Amino acid sequence: MGIFHHLTRKPWLPEQSEIDNQVSGGAVALQTAKVGLRVFLFPISALFTLFLIAYLMRMSFSDWQTLHDPWLLWINTAVLVLSSLALQRSRMLVDGGEVTGMRTYFMLGGVFAFAFLGGQLAAWQQLADMGVYADTNPSHSFFYLFTALHGLHLLGGLVAWGRTVFKIKAGVDVEHLRLSVELCTIYWHYLLVVWVVMFGLLLAT
Amino acid sequence: MMVDVPVAEVAEVELYHAKSYWTKYVFSQDAKVIAIQYGGTAVAIGLVGLVLSWLMRLQLGFPDTFAFIDATDYYQFITVHGMIMVIYLLTALFLGGFGNYLIPLMVGARDMVFPYLNMVSYWVYLCAVLILVASFFVEGGPTGAGWTLYPPQSITEGTPGSEGGIILMLVSLALFIIGFTMGGLNYVVTVLQARTRGMTLMRLPLTVWGIFVATILALLAFPALFVGCIMMTLDKLLGTSFFMPEMISLGQQLEYDGGSPILFQHLFWFFGHPEVYIVALPAFGIVSDLLAVHARKNIFGYRMMVWAIVIIGALSFVVWAHHMYVSGMHPYFGFFFATTTLIIAVPTALKVYNWVLTLWHGDIHLTQPMLFSLAFLVTFINGGITGLFLGNVTVDVPLSDTMFVVAHFHMVMGIAPLMVVFGAIYHWYPKITGRMLHEGMGKFHFWVTFLGAYTIFLPLHYIGLQGVPRRYFEFGDTAFIPDSVTTLNAFVTVVTLTVGFAQIVFFYNMWRSYKHGKVAGDNPWGATTLEWQTAETPPGHGNFGEELPLVYRWAYDFSVPGAKNDFIPQNMPPGPDTNNH
Amino acid sequence: MIVAIGLLVVLVGTVLFHVYSPWWWTPIASNWGNMDDTILLTFWITGAVFIAVMLFMVYCIYKFRHKEGRVAHYEPENTKLEVWLTSITAVGVAAMLAPGLIVWNDYVTVPEDAVEFEAIGQQWSWTFRLPGEDGKFGTVSMKDMNPDNPFGMSADDPNGQDDVLIEEDEMHLLKDQPIKALLRSVDVLHDFYVPQFRAKMDMVPGTVTYFWLTPIRTGEFEILCAELCGVGHHAMRGTVVVDEQEAYDEWLSDQATYAELVEEARIRKENETRLAMN
Ligand code: HEM
Ligand SMILES: [Cu+2]
Ligand SMILES: [Cu+2]
Repeated sequence: MGIFHHLTRKPWLPEQSEIDNQVSGGAVALQTAKVGLRVFLFPISALFTLFLIAYLMRMSFSDWQTLHDPWLLWINTAVLVLSSLALQRSRMLVDGGEVTGMRTYFMLGGVFAFAFLGGQLAAWQQLADMGVYADTNPSHSFFYLFTALHGLHLLGGLVAWGRTVFKIKAGVDVEHLRLSVELCTIYWHYLLVVWVVMFGLLLAT
Repeated sequence: MMVDVPVAEVAEVELYHAKSYWTKYVFSQDAKVIAIQYGGTAVAIGLVGLVLSWLMRLQLGFPDTFAFIDATDYYQFITVHGMIMVIYLLTALFLGGFGNYLIPLMVGARDMVFPYLNMVSYWVYLCAVLILVASFFVEGGPTGAGWTLYPPQSITEGTPGSEGGIILMLVSLALFIIGFTMGGLNYVVTVLQARTRGMTLMRLPLTVWGIFVATILALLAFPALFVGCIMMTLDKLLGTSFFMPEMISLGQQLEYDGGSPILFQHLFWFFGHPEVYIVALPAFGIVSDLLAVHARKNIFGYRMMVWAIVIIGALSFVVWAHHMYVSGMHPYFGFFFATTTLIIAVPTALKVYNWVLTLWHGDIHLTQPMLFSLAFLVTFINGGITGLFLGNVTVDVPLSDTMFVVAHFHMVMGIAPLMVVFGAIYHWYPKITGRMLHEGMGKFHFWVTFLGAYTIFLPLHYIGLQGVPRRYFEFGDTAFIPDSVTTLNAFVTVVTLTVGFAQIVFFYNMWRSYKHGKVAGDNPWGATTLEWQTAETPPGHGNFGEELPLVYRWAYDFSVPGAKNDFIPQNMPPGPDTNNH
Repeated sequence: MIVAIGLLVVLVGTVLFHVYSPWWWTPIASNWGNMDDTILLTFWITGAVFIAVMLFMVYCIYKFRHKEGRVAHYEPENTKLEVWLTSITAVGVAAMLAPGLIVWNDYVTVPEDAVEFEAIGQQWSWTFRLPGEDGKFGTVSMKDMNPDNPFGMSADDPNGQDDVLIEEDEMHLLKDQPIKALLRSVDVLHDFYVPQFRAKMDMVPGTVTYFWLTPIRTGEFEILCAELCGVGHHAMRGTVVVDEQEAYDEWLSDQATYAELVEEARIRKENETRLAMN
């Protein structure tokens, strides 16, 4: 473990000083924005993890009823996977410098994401038609809460996506675009994983 | 031995430049301006918290005297006071205030890495503060559920502010967390990525270490509060039953069913305990640097100090239920949490030893920062010791929810960090304004504040030991509470007011010295860290003038044998004057 | 110099205050004297550390205060010393923790011969229930709770018929009889707290919490609520009286069982209808 090894060094020793003097300040060889995104994923993960733990704890009480997951969720999941794939493709293309192809796939990714959100709303509607609301049972409360929260995070991502689209339209140079596309893609994959975990949990319980 | 040092090759970042007065001083993206905004707002709302504490003390000291304080008010006061002090004052001041000011300067960066986000962070924080204040003006007033906001009482009738106040409180907290997360990303990534060449992690001043680790704690702990806030809001507004059990509130059967109040407590304290360290770790870091500079000696056991900060930070996530020994959670949890809690005492004690050992064979200058650091040591040792009482599950049973607890946490996370705040202000004021604070006024302020605060909280332990409960509007004639407690309460109230008004001297000093203080120069204390090596004082936009400093040594080269001065700045290359290499 | 003296005054003042404090724990009325003992032990150990560290500080401030020509030592660390200090601290901490855990084990292990009673909290008063002769509580539910049936007893549970329902805020306990307090709440969190008993525990709506104790002296003690429960929190008082056998029996015989109360209510109702018909 690099970092822990680092912490055992004695910075006051002249031998150590010679080494330290040459060290550049960055801890990770990554663009700052990417480090920022990665760090940001930690509190978000903490947030979702705590919700999951709360879910599991609340489940153990006697009034819990199993949730009938709307079938639409399967389709939504597929759409979200497509969204991630499209972004991944556009990221690969921008790496190869193919701006036009990148543009198409990047747009497509966003469209799929919007489709996913629409699908989630439709799933809510399905539930509401069945007479299932947020206060019907804690399992349903959690369902609405999870989906809303995940959706909001995706919506936040879509804002960044929109700004990137704007930049593409404005013809910003490729180097700059590449960073934006990469950040969006990382975030999309992350939210896909979050969704799969949550969906899995909803199915399993 | 000389080392050939290649010329500076520090990648320059594109710096944001303010174009108008508005973007320079109001919607500024300069961390130093944001720091002042954060600090000013935190102190302002902190003064509200202080006034609330006077009102509470008036009621406790002279019950049945003040018609304008009834039980509803009292419970609202303790709640808002507690919340303000812990979150809106101390967290915001240490991280948003000192963090913003000191991190870029101390690591040798021109600014935070995401300045725009940093600016938004402040404005979101300001909104959170304003919403909190607004809750005083809604129907029913602010919530009176205690700063712990335990459901079910926090959202049911019978608790003050259970209609509008609690919702504003939850919204305000959620905003605070969002705003903090934006700032927190900055602090962490700046420390990780924006250090200047030569500034390895183990060369960072402990101030940066403290703020850095505290920020990480906050980024991971605040989500727990966020989750709790959201779920409680839904319980209140949509009638879900996350936390709400079946209950009959004031004769009325409510719609709720099956929820778990204890689940909220777990979430709250999973945040709440690390929160204590979110306040304490920056204080630990800062006080280490103050002691070293003003004792002209390297901090004793630097590596141990870093490890202790990291270990304490990590352990603080596995001790939360020591606040819940008598909450009705599974009793066997008591064994686990008492053990982890007492383990955390070991690295904490080590820090204390290293602080006092730093004084040993030092050259102690009894400046204001040093005085306040000593006051921190006294109050922190005292408060840490009573933590060993409350952490040890058996001892906590009779003491929990008594004045002993109130005395303990005020000493350890109220007074002790505040002493550091004062010390830090006396220490860095010359850098921020270019002028020294007046020493005589400082001495007066120190003695009244330190002795006063100690006098306020020391006796409260003992009436707590006697069994006097906390969060009581009045004690009536309770058989086991002797009259002497009432006398004591009156006395404590008088001291509180005295200490409170003595702060006027402090504020006057800050105001006056800004124009008329002695000109400080760049490095009045002879400190080694980079913020004292700036080209101008106060540091200009971009912090370091033309070229970023390069770092050649750790932050604690004080009184190095053979060196010309009793301090060697971090950016001084080895040479004849340093003579240590 | 002044600073060293100032801190010395703080130290001496603290110790003197501790010794002469007129405020100390109430005379104990339960078997939990070992809680007091753990507190004392903790006072001794931590007190010694407090005094030692403070004296060291005062000495340093006095001895090493700035003078013309003083040069501080340069001593980055001293591993041996730090290891020693860590070990000693660990030993001290263990010396406090071990007894603490042992007593906690006692606290959560209810003896076989403990008899049960129930304390129920609501905003802002106390009521109590005893299981009656069969030693079993009848089931209760919130749905059945109403002004006529404040305890929410279910009418057809045979276990509940002989339950003794105490609708005032005074409870009696028998001296030297281990008891297990079952704690329930109707509305919000409360906490059953009698300072002289040392023991306390939250009452959580939706679950039953407990603690146990043996009263060791007779007398009348106040029950306080120790969990903020709304505007009436400070006024939520009750009384617990510890009796010798005789007085206890006398008190108990004055209390009504559920069956008796139902019967009483039925007769009252009949009378009322008769009056109304006339
Ligand atoms: C000299 C300044 C202060 C005075 C006189 C003071 C006084 C008080 C009083 C009288 C209470 C209510 C006690 C009760 O009835 O239970 C209280 C509660 C509290 N105070 Fe302070 N306080 C001061 C500063 C602080 C600071 C700096 C903090 C920061 C940590 C703080 C944190 C709290 C908290 C968390 C509570 C508990 C609120 C609750 O019970 O929900 N106080 N304070
Ligand atoms: Cu804690
Ligand atoms: Cu209560």
